[in-house]
Formats: sequence, C-alpha cells, structure tokens
Amino acid sequence: MREFGYQRVFDVPGAVALLGTDPEARFLGGGTNLVDLMKAGVERPALLVDVTELPLGRIEATADGGLRIGATVTNSDLAADPQVRRHYPALAQAVLAGASGQLRNMATIGGNLLQRTRCGYFADLTKPCNKRVPGSGCPAIEGEHHNHAILGASEHCVAVHPSDMGVALTAFDAVVSYETADGPGELPLAEFYLPVGDTPHLETALPSGALITGITLPPNPVAAVSRYRKVRERASYAFAIGSIAAALDVRDGLVREVRLAFGAVASRPWRAREAERLLTGGPASAEAFAAAADAELAAAETLPHNAYKVTLMRNLVVAVLTELTEEATR
Amino acid sequence: MTVTTVTTAVTGAVGTAHTRLEGRDKVTGAARYAGEIPYAELAHGWLVVSTIARGRIRSVESAPVLDMPGVLAVLHHGNAPRVNGDYAGMLGRPDPIVAPFQHDRVPYAGWPVALVVAETSEQAREAAEALVVRYDEEPHDVAFSAGHPGTYTPENSPHMQAETEKGDLEAELAASAAVVDAEYTTPEEHHSPLEPHAAMARWDNGRLEVVDSNQGSMWVADELAKLFSLDPASVRVRSEHVGGAFGSKGVRPHQVCAVMATTVLHRPVRVVLTRRQMFSLVGYRSPTAQRVRLGADADGRLRAFDHQAHCLTSTVHEFVEPSAGVGRVMYDAAAHHTVNRVVPLDVPTPTFMRAPGEAPGSFAVESALDELAEKCGMDPIALRTLNEPDAGPVSGLPFSSRNLLACFQEGARRFGWADRDPRPGLHREGRWLLGTGTAAASFPSGAAPSTAAVTAEADGTFTVRITAADVGTGARTALTQIAADALEVAPERVRMRIADSDFGPAMVAGGSMGTRSWAWAVMAAVSELRERLSLGGGIPPEGITARSNTAEAVGALPSRERHAFGAQFAEVAVDVTTGEVRVRRMLGIFAAGRIVNPLTARSQLVGGMIWGLSMALHEEAFRDKASGGHVGADFAGYHFAANADVPLIEADWVDDPDDDDPVGIKGIGEIGIVGVAAAIANAVWHATGVRHRHLPIRPDRVLLAGAEPGGGRDARSRR
Repeated sequence: MREFGYQRVFDVPGAVALLGTDPEARFLGGGTNLVDLMKAGVERPALLVDVTELPLGRIEATADGGLRIGATVTNSDLAADPQVRRHYPALAQAVLAGASGQLRNMATIGGNLLQRTRCGYFADLTKPCNKRVPGSGCPAIEGEHHNHAILGASEHCVAVHPSDMGVALTAFDAVVSYETADGPGELPLAEFYLPVGDTPHLETALPSGALITGITLPPNPVAAVSRYRKVRERASYAFAIGSIAAALDVRDGLVREVRLAFGAVASRPWRAREAERLLTGGPASAEAFAAAADAELAAAETLPHNAYKVTLMRNLVVAVLTELTEEATR
Repeated sequence: MTVTTVTTAVTGAVGTAHTRLEGRDKVTGAARYAGEIPYAELAHGWLVVSTIARGRIRSVESAPVLDMPGVLAVLHHGNAPRVNGDYAGMLGRPDPIVAPFQHDRVPYAGWPVALVVAETSEQAREAAEALVVRYDEEPHDVAFSAGHPGTYTPENSPHMQAETEKGDLEAELAASAAVVDAEYTTPEEHHSPLEPHAAMARWDNGRLEVVDSNQGSMWVADELAKLFSLDPASVRVRSEHVGGAFGSKGVRPHQVCAVMATTVLHRPVRVVLTRRQMFSLVGYRSPTAQRVRLGADADGRLRAFDHQAHCLTSTVHEFVEPSAGVGRVMYDAAAHHTVNRVVPLDVPTPTFMRAPGEAPGSFAVESALDELAEKCGMDPIALRTLNEPDAGPVSGLPFSSRNLLACFQEGARRFGWADRDPRPGLHREGRWLLGTGTAAASFPSGAAPSTAAVTAEADGTFTVRITAADVGTGARTALTQIAADALEVAPERVRMRIADSDFGPAMVAGGSMGTRSWAWAVMAAVSELRERLSLGGGIPPEGITARSNTAEAVGALPSRERHAFGAQFAEVAVDVTTGEVRVRRMLGIFAAGRIVNPLTARSQLVGGMIWGLSMALHEEAFRDKASGGHVGADFAGYHFAANADVPLIEADWVDDPDDDDPVGIKGIGEIGIVGVAAAIANAVWHATGVRHRHLPIRPDRVLLAGAEPGGGRDARSRR
C-alpha cells in the first residue's frame, strides 16, 4: 500500500484548489469504497483530501417543492430524513437496502454516486480489466459474470454499477451539482454516467477535478407512492443481483404517471424509459406491466450465466407495480 | 503413568453452563492474538504468491525492492533456507505447501514465491506488491467435473477407506420397486476463520520460539522440528487464543516463512496472511460431484445403496474429501457400495474443513433419502426409522451408542412435524412458498492419545497443563469443568494452562476429538494425583504433579462404531419470482454423549447449523478458468450468511449415555453442520416441488427452476 498524504478541508473552493495541486489526489468521503480499493492496490492516491467537514451536510426543501441534498450527507441521515421518507420513500428504502448500518453511517451520497463496480476482476490486480487497465481485456465475459450487465454493456466491459441509492435517484430525475476551479456546474443524473463503449475506464461526465456538492430532486408528486425492491444473494450486506425503483400514479385503473429504474443490470442505474412510455395512459394490469418490462428488456444482451436477470427484472416490474397499484387504490 | 479406568466424580461443574474463562478478556480486547503481540526488534514478513496457475519462476527481481524503505530481505527459491519436506508427520507426508521457496515450480495460482521482510508491516506490504516475479507459464487445468479423465480411486489411508462394496448392486437395483439415481454437487468452500493465520518466530537461547494461532501447538512444533531438522525439544510453539480454525490452522506457510526469516535475520519476524492469501494458502473444501443410487422395496426398505463421490486435489499432494463415508455408518442395504474418487488439478491442495466428508456427503445422501421417501409415498422420518441399522453397515461392528431415532422423535415433537402436509408446493403466504424438511446427521467420535499434568499446589489450588487448543470453542472452560469435577473442587480452584508445546503431546483441536481426548488425559492425571494425595502428607512448595498418557487406554478401547448423531429440521420460504430463499427456523437435536458446558456446546452446535445454512444458500468460491485463480476472494465476494439470514435456531440434545466408555464425551465441533444443507434443500423441494441438487441454492437457480406444485421438477446446474 502506497504511503499517502491526508488533508482535511473546510470550504469548497479550498477543496477544489487543493485537489488541483496534485494529479494523484483524491477526494475522501466516508472512504467505504476508496479505502478498500487502496488496500487492494486498485487506487494509489498520493493525497487524500477529506471533504467530510465541508458545509455540505444538509437536506433542504427547495423553493419549488423539491429537495436539495448536500454531498456529505451520510446514507444513514438521508434514509432517516422525514422529507425523504414522505416524498421519496423509494429513495429511503434504496439507501437502507444497501451495505450495513456501520457503512451507511460513514458513506456519503456524493461518494455513493462515484463508487466503483464490485466486479471481482476489477478489484484484483492479478487479472486483466479494461476498466482498471484500458486495453487489457475483460475476463468476465468468458469467466465469472453471473452478476454482470444485461443492458448497455459492450465487448469491453460488462460490469454493473453497485449503487442502490442511484437507482432511486435516477427514477426521480435527480440533478448532480458540482464545483470546479472554473465555477459551479450541473449534470442531470441521466447524463452523469457515460456509455461503456470502448472506454469503460471513463465512468462519469464530471469535469476533471470536480467536487460533487449536492444532489437536487425536483418536485415529483408521483414519487410519494414509490417503492424500492432489491434482490440479492443473502438477506443483507450484499450487492443487488437485480433491483427496481418504481413510482406509480394510478387513477380509475389507468396509469397516469410512472417512474421506473433498474439496478444491477448495467454500468449505471438504468432508467426504463421505454417501459414508462408504454405504460403511461394504459391499464394498470399485470399483463401491461409484463409487456412493458418485455419491451424495455428487448435490448438485453445476456451471457451464459446472467440470462436469469431478464426473467428477474420482468418479475420485479410486475410484482412491484402490482403492489403499488394496490397501494394507490387502497 | 497410564490409567485405564477413570471414575467420574460429579461435583456439578460438568453439565452446568459456564461462560468462557477468557470471555471478558476477549470482549474487552485484553486477550492478545498472535498477530498483535508486540516484540522488541520485530520485523514483518509479507508473502508474495504466484499469479500463474502452472509453470516455473524465471526470475525474482528483488534488487529494486531491497532499495525500498525499511526492506530487510527478500526470500525466494534462490536464497531461502533449505527445509526437509520429506517426512512423515501426524497426517503422513506433508502437503508441499509447508516447504515454500525450495524450487522454481509453480503448481497453482496463489503458491508462495517470495517473502519480503521489512521494518514495518506497511513497508513489507508495499515492497511485496512492487516485487516483480517473472514466470515461464504452462497450460493449466482447474476445471473440476465428475467425468474428468484424470480421476482415480486413491489408495486406502489411515484416515480414509477409498472404497467399500458388498452384494450385487445392479441386481438389487433391478429388483427395487423404487429407485433414486441422482447427481449432487457442492462447490469449492473455504473455512477462512475471522482471525487470519499469524505467527511470530524468534530464536531465544538456542530454542526456536513460535507464537502462533493454531489447532495444535505440539503438532506445529513437531513438524517445524522435522522441516528444519531440529531437536524437537528445541522448538516451543504457543497459541494462547485462536479466532477460529475449522481445520485450516495446522502447519501452514506463515509459520515456516517466519522461521526462515528469523533464522536469516537473527531477529523476531512475524508473518500474517491476508484474507485473499488465505484462499490459496490454508486449504479449503474440494468441490464435490456425487452420484447416489438408492433402491428400495415398496415399503421403503433399502435393497441397494450406492454413493460415488468425486473431489479434486492438487498435483503436488493428495487430499481426498471423504464424502462417501456417510453411508458406511448411516444406512445398510443388501447391496452397498461407496467410493471416494479424486482428480488432481492445478489448484491448491484442499484440506480438512468442518465435517470433512460428512458435510458434503450428507447433502447428497440425505437429499436422496428425501427423494426416496417421496417416491415411496413415505414420511422421511418413517423411512429413516425403517432403515435404522443394528450394526455398522460396512464394519458389522456394534454401535457404542446410536440415539438417532431419539433425536428424530424429540425433533419432530418440537418442530411440529406431525402436522406437516407432505405434498409439495401447496403452502403459500403472500409471495412466499413455504416448506419444511429434515435430514439426519452423524460424525465419528474418536479419541487420540494425549498427555496431561496436574499439579496440586501448596496453596490448595490445582494447575493443569495440557497442549490443548481453544480455537474459540470454549475448550479451556470445558476442561476446567472436567478437572474440577474430577478433583471434586470448585472450578475457581483450577488453573487451566493450554496451547504450549512444552506441555507435551496431545491431540489437536480437530476431528471432533479434542475435548474427548484431552478430558481423558486430564481425568487420568487427576486420578493419579488423587491416589498420591490420598497417601497423606503435606504439599511441598513446588506442589505435587501427576502425569498421564492415555496411549494405552485409547488403544485398549474395544472396536465399536462410535459416532454422534443428530436430526436437523428447517422451514424455508421461497419466492420463485425472484429466487430468494429465506430460512425461517431451524431445529437441531443431537445425541452427542455427555455435554460438558451447555452454554458453549449450544453455541458450537448453532454455529455449525448456521454454517450449514451458508453452505445450503450462500457459500461458493469462484475459480476463474482462464487465470486458474479465484475471483472475489474476500468476504464481499465469498458470501456466507449475514445476521439477517439467520432465523430462530434452536439446538438441543437427548440423553446419550455410554456406560462402557471411559469418558462419555463425544465431539460436537462438526456435527452441527452435517445434514443442514439437505434439510434446507428438502424444505425447498417441499415449498416449490423442485429438487435442488446443486449447492448453493442461489436465487438464479431457483428463479430458473420455478415451482411445480405436485413435484417432479429438477433444477439444472448452471455452473
């Protein structure tokens, strides 16, 4: 493990400036992923800039009725926030479905968005990995990939994004705010993660040296009836093999509005826009839910050991939308 | 002195719940483990392991690394001290993993190729990660299957009979009204105890001192003496506290490397393994592929029993997972055939892992019994009751005690088995299908010669010295209770000193034989001491010490089938739309002789059952065929049950007396895991109507297999 410097910063411009002094510096939030990767030798920063004392730890209602979540808010605090629980229940459920109590107390929402894949090849320096060493190859395609991507992957990388929180944020059209030496900027979460293509090592559209300062959730009445469901290989402390964030507004048996995002199927949280389009205005029935899921998953490309995810996601869409329909009509 | 008969005076310590003597030290952090004890001038060794699965080391480029801060030495095959790996130890010829750096051959990924020693652990680690090792790589084969062309039937060993056979199997199968013929598989599984392997070695006045974490300090001392051609009396190994072992903590490269480095550097050296290194350096359970054929009359009486078990080993050492041993104890039939076969591949040598043989073997046999019960339209417990043998099915020897049916009766009563509708796939609660299952458990109850010393101190207390090991089980406490009762004094007056090879030969903490073997030696020494004390006279300042050696007494034990037995019950909930399986409750009832400490015994049995749950649903190491190494070799990638997976679990026992046995104690270290995976798999069948014959019962497998009310479906292996 490489020796590294450590500095704590207390204001955003200072943080951005300090990071800019060293191309091998990294921001440190809760460290729940970065420090693990340092131990594995995947990350070898020369300097850690600890951002957890920045004044970015608040969750506030915005003037238009949305929410602004500071980047250093911990997962635990986000999940416990009454406004989040009331207006975006799927977001609180998603956060609570992730990691463990101890990790959620440390992990920050800014770091959550930037966490790396848990593909076993990525974290193992003895193996090739295009995401870690561009051009070295992707052994997962021929090897162990039962929890790898079925949507949006490429021949260069089939890793999935591990975040639960990001799935709910994606369903609710969250916008990421950041700060660079040149000033502030914003990125809708839908544009935050880059397509895999032949550059799986380039993961986000954040400008170099940018510090995530917060996430804004627009007002979203449909989110009040929402749910996150995660399927994993043990009851806790495991990443999803398939997850879904869904919000549904049903009146008179018809879908007025629906939000749908999938986790553990792609290199980013996957917004199921095709399914949403098909469902909107149509009947809230199991058949319609299944047809919408099938349409969304028609683009799925499976490997020998991950084809089950197509069935899993289809079943999850039907199950969760059916539950939400029952909830909405109670 | 050898005492062949021992009377057990009961003053009440044995059979009474006692918290661990060292429990407070452990939970307050006062108990020091081998990896954290400070020593002056301590240097730190960090292992470098091979990244190829087969070939030769072309070069170890140590020069740049030796210039790194704090680096003291780089040991490798070109400069390391020579050791003698050609000896017969407690388990016969050793796995060559105990003789690292002796040649340039690499037999598998994760083989030790160098040790970097530095002033600090961090410096050693950074230098080890920077060390460039070049290889000439050769093609490798790590793909295990039952039909692998290199498969052979091994020679018999003292630890395992390869094959047993009686009767005409094909004729009996042909004459059977009901036949089960099924293949079961279990994956590569790892014990990886929470406390990693760690050892400090130093020379002290001509003696080699090793502070270790192991299952038998005398065992390790004896093998280190053989490896380094030392007088056994000049080696001292201690292992005060051990954070789990499960078969993995014998002689391993960390001790050997620490001794090599301290010999070269003339200062204390400690080597601690990383979690990832443990996956290739400390042994594991081989994957198994097992074919079971059962033939029975319409009433369920077995006519044919055939169990063909396959496992793998390395190319450098033979270790056979003896899965086919289960049926030699459990079930008789006119035609009876069991065989363990093995194939050498370019992988690390497997080793003993909690309930070797019985854990995977019982999954296959006890699943097959459940399938037979279904075919015969019988209750699974009734089927087992009908086929309860009078004597060892293979040996013909009588059982010393066999209270399996009492376990089933008590378990069925407490679990509510009588209310069970045997038809599968009928019980639904919301999105969950519910089912229950059961399976039998057994594990041998052996004893091995041990020595002990008991001293009556002048102050009225007693000191017991025995090279026992408390690997977290509560053995130190249990032996104190046994000594106290034998001495007829309160446990507070007994000082129990263990895990120091200077105390003399004793059984290791293994094979569920530790407490039984050590208790025997302690009771024998106490008996001798009491005889001497009964002569009267005062106790001199140095005390009066009596010693025992149970070799003769153990050898004089009449030949019997000696085993602990148990009945496992599980209730599961299965969501076939997502593949999730949740265990809702488990009950294990055991017949395991005299229970010394109900508190720690229950903990050990429940721990075994939780492990069985993990085996059923979670545990699976992924071996990458291209590189030959593991993928996800850590606790994020290698899943075992989290707290949220563990439901209400009850473990209890029935009376299991054996008046002819001098100790009356059977081991409980392993039987808790036996049968659990089958009970859960049988419950999943009862819930869904689908047989799952491939562990772990993962969500993707359950999802693709679906549900079939009325039964009849088989889940296919996807790996």
